[in-house]
Amino acid sequence: MSNHFTLDGVTVPFTTGQTIMDAALKAGIYIPHLCHNPEFTPHGSCRLCTVSVNGRNVAACTTPAADNMQVENETHELTTQRRLLLKLLFVEGNHACPACEKSGACQLQAVAYHCGMLAPEFIHFYPKRAVDASHKETLIDFNRCILCELCVRASLDVDKKNVFAISGRGIHSHLTINSPSGKLGDSDFTTSDKAARVCPVGAILPKHKGYNKPIGKRLYDQSSISQVGDVAQHQEAADE
Amino acid sequence: MMMENGVPKVELGMLHSEGLEPGSLLQRLIVLQQKHRFIPEQEITRLAHTCNVTEAQITGVIEFYSFLHTSPRGEYDILVSDNITDQMQGSHLLADLLSKGLGVALGTTRNDLRVSLDYTSCIGMGDQGPAALINGQTITRLTPSRIHQIVQLIEASTPLSQWPDAFFQVDAKALRSDLLLKSDFSPGAALSSCLEQGPTSIFNRLEQAGLRGCGGAGFSTAAKWRFCASAAGEQRVVVCNADEGEPGTFKDRFLLQSHADRLIEGMTLCAAAVGAGIGFIYLRGEYRYLLESLQTTLDKRRNEGLLGPAILGQEGFDFDISIHLGAGAYICGEESALIESLEGKRGIPRSRPPFPVSQGYLNYPTVVNNVETFCNAAMIIQQGVDWYRSIGTTTSPGSKLLSISGDCDRPGIYEFPFGTTISDILNQCGAHQTMAVQVGGAAGRLIAATEFHRTIAFEDIPTGGSFMVFNQSRELLRAIENFTQFFKHESCGFCTPCRVGSSLLVKQLNKVMVGHATTKDLEEMSILGSLMQKTSHCGLGQTAANPILDGLGKFPHLFQSRLRATRFEPAFDLDASLEEARQLTGRDDPDAHLEGGGV
Repeated sequence: MSNHFTLDGVTVPFTTGQTIMDAALKAGIYIPHLCHNPEFTPHGSCRLCTVSVNGRNVAACTTPAADNMQVENETHELTTQRRLLLKLLFVEGNHACPACEKSGACQLQAVAYHCGMLAPEFIHFYPKRAVDASHKETLIDFNRCILCELCVRASLDVDKKNVFAISGRGIHSHLTINSPSGKLGDSDFTTSDKAARVCPVGAILPKHKGYNKPIGKRLYDQSSISQVGDVAQHQEAADE
Repeated sequence: MMMENGVPKVELGMLHSEGLEPGSLLQRLIVLQQKHRFIPEQEITRLAHTCNVTEAQITGVIEFYSFLHTSPRGEYDILVSDNITDQMQGSHLLADLLSKGLGVALGTTRNDLRVSLDYTSCIGMGDQGPAALINGQTITRLTPSRIHQIVQLIEASTPLSQWPDAFFQVDAKALRSDLLLKSDFSPGAALSSCLEQGPTSIFNRLEQAGLRGCGGAGFSTAAKWRFCASAAGEQRVVVCNADEGEPGTFKDRFLLQSHADRLIEGMTLCAAAVGAGIGFIYLRGEYRYLLESLQTTLDKRRNEGLLGPAILGQEGFDFDISIHLGAGAYICGEESALIESLEGKRGIPRSRPPFPVSQGYLNYPTVVNNVETFCNAAMIIQQGVDWYRSIGTTTSPGSKLLSISGDCDRPGIYEFPFGTTISDILNQCGAHQTMAVQVGGAAGRLIAATEFHRTIAFEDIPTGGSFMVFNQSRELLRAIENFTQFFKHESCGFCTPCRVGSSLLVKQLNKVMVGHATTKDLEEMSILGSLMQKTSHCGLGQTAANPILDGLGKFPHLFQSRLRATRFEPAFDLDASLEEARQLTGRDDPDAHLEGGGV
């Protein structure tokens, strides 16, 4: 029992119970992902981390590593699939990067750059979604939510407040807030919550600040996300 | 509820009051929906305290299931079955008659709250349709005359209990019987065999017989029961998947109505073999009309000492079953989503591993099997391995129940040996000038006439039982459209490729239907379909594109004939336009060319 698997030909060690994603991250190998955050239970919803294991597609974040597994990650086919998945996300919501406060420090955008997405391809949904500005310090723009459920997991597991939930089915799935009005203002949410700092996109944003980092100095301006790491990693300190 | 290590321990005693397990949030919501015609806000608040979840989570559950609502439905809640075979029998015209007669637009509730009218996914009555659900009760064989009577009954506020019995008649006989249905069943025989000879003997016999799951996936039954028996866990659970939501499938409906005894025997046999103390029948909400008769069967077996404490006098062999209703969600037919639903949550499929046999209901080792699988298991133990292998093929021994509907003289339930050809089946059900058959439901395969020599078998064309026949007069694109819309409606929404892809396929196909599509749009559907097949989280997403992909592959002319132009023509040839640049830079490598226009 060697406790090793190969990832694009590179030997990667793992401990029993680690997922392919866990082991790859530990070894400094980047597998594109959006809904994964090592601080929370793996989710498996974005499907960006799809890798090929002995010829079969699986999500790296939820698949346990096993001895002598042959895993493929950076293949043309997988990168093309990732690009397509990103394109699906971009047309599902309303992602207007030029006007978004998160631009340059957004995980969706950064992964899209990494995977070579240049333009959308599919029919846009243009859904009618709301902005919730009821909270004094935090804004929620549902146009940008990618249903990664990081805020849901953080609020449940870390904050023990259960502020966020998912409602609806299928394409009507949407993020909801547990409060009498259904808006953030009268919920238990505070800016010191973990849930306030895990959103990888511009959906949960601090109010009263925007565009405070010049272009060129934003999180992903100089290097790819594969080197810089996730938004949530860098978001621990509240934005200034 | 007793807690052990933070996990609720289900007690035998709490299981079968009023046929609904009281602990589950979903079952409570179903009761409330029936009582109030929606879930009132005060009830949501009350449930939040009782079940220790937030109101947002409860609303999240309500909004997941088609049969639960946060705003009132009419006194008469009418849902018209909308499978393509229903449409072929004129269901839309009948729905329009209802709409006009009652003055209620489709998809709405009338202002006076007397009636709601909408379409719903296939309710499993393809052999006696067009059919509808009214307040959860099945009404079959709709005709303009019957519609007219229904309008009058509703306007007069006549209680459903006083409506003509004939409206609710659901026939339950098989048009072709074979090995399984021709054999007499001896209650307790299979059970006794297990108690005498032990679980290993049961596993061995099921393995030798070669029994595979009958719901469509075809996993080895012996292997599944073995895995569960040897998994670590304080208790084991047996679950019958009676969700039968695959469009055009109604063979479990027949078994539940006419052979429930065999099902319970099979479940109890499983319990004896794996060491389970509790069982569930997850009954799709559309089959609510069967609830009473199933309860009667359960009570009968309890009275005969074949269910409950000390079965067949064996001290320590305690096993009982409770029935959980579904609430209108096809995805809950997927075994891990079914378990989530049993636990009272949204029916989102789990990440696997672990599989249910290791960690299932409340994380206990759980066997989830189809209705027909349990019936077969009981009969195999009763009759013997050779009996089962006497028909079928080497790889697919035994028989398969098919539910046949669509363009044929005699739609209904047929039992055929595995290895029977499509042609044979078409002959026996009275199909004429058949253009295509959809085998295995919306998630199955579209079989063209050139393939009618092929067989129903795991090694050839596998199926859970749905068999829909289309003759030459039919517009096959309408069927493909119906199935594609079905998947959009039923997608759970968890993963990107299925949630977004299934909706995009509907948009793209609509472009084809209205004559605005080009070859580029056909390519996009292939690209989307392939993406969904390869990256979806569960079988729904992986098969949702099948109807379009099969259509493009086997009936391309159907699409081609509707295209706006025969080629998508960009303003210029992209690759040719780079020729000058290639010459100037002396490049001819792959990166200096544009294949397929790039991505």
